[in-house]
Amino acid sequence: MSDAPTAQTASSSAAEARIADAAYTGPMLAADGTPLKKSLNRALRLQKMRALALIAPLLIFVLVTFIAPIADMLFRSVENEIVSETLPRTTTLLANWDAKGTEIPDEAVFEALYDDMFYAIEAKEHTKLGGRLNYELTGMASLFRKSGRKVEDMGEVYQDQFEGLDAFWKTGENWNSFMGSDEWLASMAGWTKADGRQPKFKLREGMADVLPATTATYLKYAAFTQNEDQKNLYTTDPWAIVYSSLHKDLTGENALADYAGPAAEQLKAGAAAATSFETVNFSEAFLDIDKKWHDLDVWTTIKAYSPKLTSGYFLNAIDMQKSVDGAEMRPENQQIYGILFYRTMKMSVIITLSCIMLGYPVAWILANLPARQANLLLILVLLPFWTSLLVRTSAWKVLLQDQGVINDTLVWLGIVATDDRLALINNQTGTIIAMTHILLPFMILPLYSVMQTIQPTYLRAAKSLGATNWTAFWRVYFPQSVPGIGAGSILVFILAIGYYITPAIVGGTEGTFISNRIAYHISSSLNWGLGAALGAILLAAVMLLYYAYDKIVGIDNVKLG
Amino acid sequence: MNLTKTLMASTALTVAAGMAHSDGHMASEMTIVSWGGAYSASQQNAYHTPYSEMTGVKIINDESSAEAVSKLRAMNEAGNVTWDVVDVVASDALRLCDEGLAMEIDPDTQLADAPDGTKASEDFGDLLVGDCFIPQIVYSTTVGYRTDLVGDTPPTDICAIFDTDAYPGKRSLEKRPIGNMEWALLCDGVEKDAIYDALATEEGQQKALDKLATIKDDVVWWSAGADTPQLLADGEVVMGSTYNGRLFSLIVEQNQPVAMLWDAQMFDLDGWIIPTGLSPERQARALDYVMFATDTQRLADQSKYIAYGPARKSSAPLVGKHAELGIEMAEHMPTDPENAKNTFLYNYEFWADYRDDIDAKFQAWLVK
Repeated sequence: MSDAPTAQTASSSAAEARIADAAYTGPMLAADGTPLKKSLNRALRLQKMRALALIAPLLIFVLVTFIAPIADMLFRSVENEIVSETLPRTTTLLANWDAKGTEIPDEAVFEALYDDMFYAIEAKEHTKLGGRLNYELTGMASLFRKSGRKVEDMGEVYQDQFEGLDAFWKTGENWNSFMGSDEWLASMAGWTKADGRQPKFKLREGMADVLPATTATYLKYAAFTQNEDQKNLYTTDPWAIVYSSLHKDLTGENALADYAGPAAEQLKAGAAAATSFETVNFSEAFLDIDKKWHDLDVWTTIKAYSPKLTSGYFLNAIDMQKSVDGAEMRPENQQIYGILFYRTMKMSVIITLSCIMLGYPVAWILANLPARQANLLLILVLLPFWTSLLVRTSAWKVLLQDQGVINDTLVWLGIVATDDRLALINNQTGTIIAMTHILLPFMILPLYSVMQTIQPTYLRAAKSLGATNWTAFWRVYFPQSVPGIGAGSILVFILAIGYYITPAIVGGTEGTFISNRIAYHISSSLNWGLGAALGAILLAAVMLLYYAYDKIVGIDNVKLG
Repeated sequence: MNLTKTLMASTALTVAAGMAHSDGHMASEMTIVSWGGAYSASQQNAYHTPYSEMTGVKIINDESSAEAVSKLRAMNEAGNVTWDVVDVVASDALRLCDEGLAMEIDPDTQLADAPDGTKASEDFGDLLVGDCFIPQIVYSTTVGYRTDLVGDTPPTDICAIFDTDAYPGKRSLEKRPIGNMEWALLCDGVEKDAIYDALATEEGQQKALDKLATIKDDVVWWSAGADTPQLLADGEVVMGSTYNGRLFSLIVEQNQPVAMLWDAQMFDLDGWIIPTGLSPERQARALDYVMFATDTQRLADQSKYIAYGPARKSSAPLVGKHAELGIEMAEHMPTDPENAKNTFLYNYEFWADYRDDIDAKFQAWLVK
């Protein structure tokens, strides 16, 4: 970095020399003959690259540890892939279903649901989805959990019939003998776990045409068994859903007539028998598991939350909800976030103002004392930083509670009656008192450092020109200390709106902030999407206020020293 | 170039050191997460110390159980689970199981039999409330009151909470709907068996909130288990709900003028889960630890140090005296027949469904 300016000076002084020599003969050239503009640009670019390289570690550090996590968290406020990823076929079919009607979806949707649920259950994803949808509709968590084992049993109707028809259908070896390619079967023949990775399943050529549905199901089953379950695919018996796919193929479209490969005989026998098999009505089967599967609400909720991105969390964060007819306000008895946002803003402003009122005189005294005494007092200002936040807040509890030190003293002095003690805690008063105390240093320090730079001579000059003490302060001193107030206020305000430990301890129900709800959704209800949406709104509000501050006061007018 | 080299070298060193550290972790250490305080101390005495002596495994205590669910989810997403065994309440265990963050446990093959050969599944019985949850203790949320502030007629049933005429003064209740809603309906005249059916309806929920509204101005809402004991000790409240073990230490260890009101106590379970995503060696060791720590004798041992009931039926007869105070612990157990005349068992299934919905209404009611 240090030699960069020198390089620039050298090239520019060379350029100056050229200017003197060249006297208007074409574009100005640098000493080495390249055009001056190009040469200068190159030097500058090099300089910029070096500067960038030097700050790169910090930049990368900030990006990786600060910007990326925040961006990731904010993205969760709209991210909603879980529904369409867990129920891909169902959500695709639901797109054509009329959510405003009175009919629940038809059998095709329930069959797709069976398919999707089966894989979700094998991968243990169904309860996760239930938890996600339970944020939107009460009862979804248990509906999905309950459906777990029973959905696995649904396909067994076909499995039992195939196995009853021919014992051939009972084993994984037999299935693989015609589903797997000869090459794969040969490589599996002598394979044991000790040989390392299991050879990846390869489908027999042409099978996809012969039995399309079965093939698709079998491929999923094979991949899951080999990768997730880490079982030997060759000896594992297939899932029940493979049999229902087979039934579908054998009774529907297939190319079995021309097929002459392994198990052709059994497949043809199966095709002949399958037409008279007992069939499963998936709609009824789901109704048997839980009658909620025939509730319109369940289906409108799944449909409303099918898209990969959702506005649902943001709507929730402003006390609204999605419904069949678009967004609408939540019922009165569930509206909470609007109140909390307003309260958080209002209380933060009050806390900032009380910090200015208390901090300004302190900073003034600090700035006007001799250095020795000022340093001693400054240590007292900083002392709270060396104490745990919890300890400081709990100390306020001891002081402020009904039977606490302050009330006891007031009763002893006879100022308040013993059965009429002041309510100083578990309300907004408690929050304001405790948070003003905790945030006060953030106001005093910028004020102090700005006030230190104000020359005492200005005040003396004002007075010598006839100003009263007040005029001298108000017209001369105060305007110069405004940048300190600005910096302190921004610090205190931004810290205040994000606080949650102190309000949780001393705030009771009236003194809680929006951050308390964010903390609840992150750590307790696990509704990270809603927590992220609330956080995003809070962030936007801060940015907006910052912008307003810049327009009204001017951000250049903020100084930390 | 030099700088680059230095950077690369130091990065490589850091990575190597990190890997070496995690290797060391594999070999001889395991991280067990619990609640801290007296509870962790009781586990240290009853489980960790004997296990370390027996196997030479060093146990690191982490006191993060209160945020275990969110932290485990974050660790899982980051693909780096650093916890081996985690102590959580049953409702959190169900949630972790649903989220695929806790592994399923087969009690009969992965937990110890009772000394008389009874299978673990039978020994724990109904307390095995989830596929991933290994119960450890039964605790209850119950009410304690100041004996010197309630006059000559100490409260005998839960509805004293709502009776501000007979027992004026503040009361502390937990800042969540679970427990409070049930008590409110019970004291509003709803039959105990019908409470959850009522709570599943809008009217029932409103009824419970209306009942709570009658004392709203007299309630201090707590969110940490230590709040009520402090409020009782300072005389801030005349009565308040908290965990029975907290009240035990307030009454027996600190000799405060407080008594227990066992009526309508809300049983809940606390126990172990093993996170998913552990390497096979770590998982095997976690299972080994859990099998040791939840056998009949070990569960009974824990009750020497804290007033929570062991989750195994076979442990009950082995409950003895407090290790330091020398008093019989059986009568301080929430499960003691004398204390358990009228009880609720936390309805896991109901609250797993209704928690989000009722909590939203409860919190909205609170802030207004």
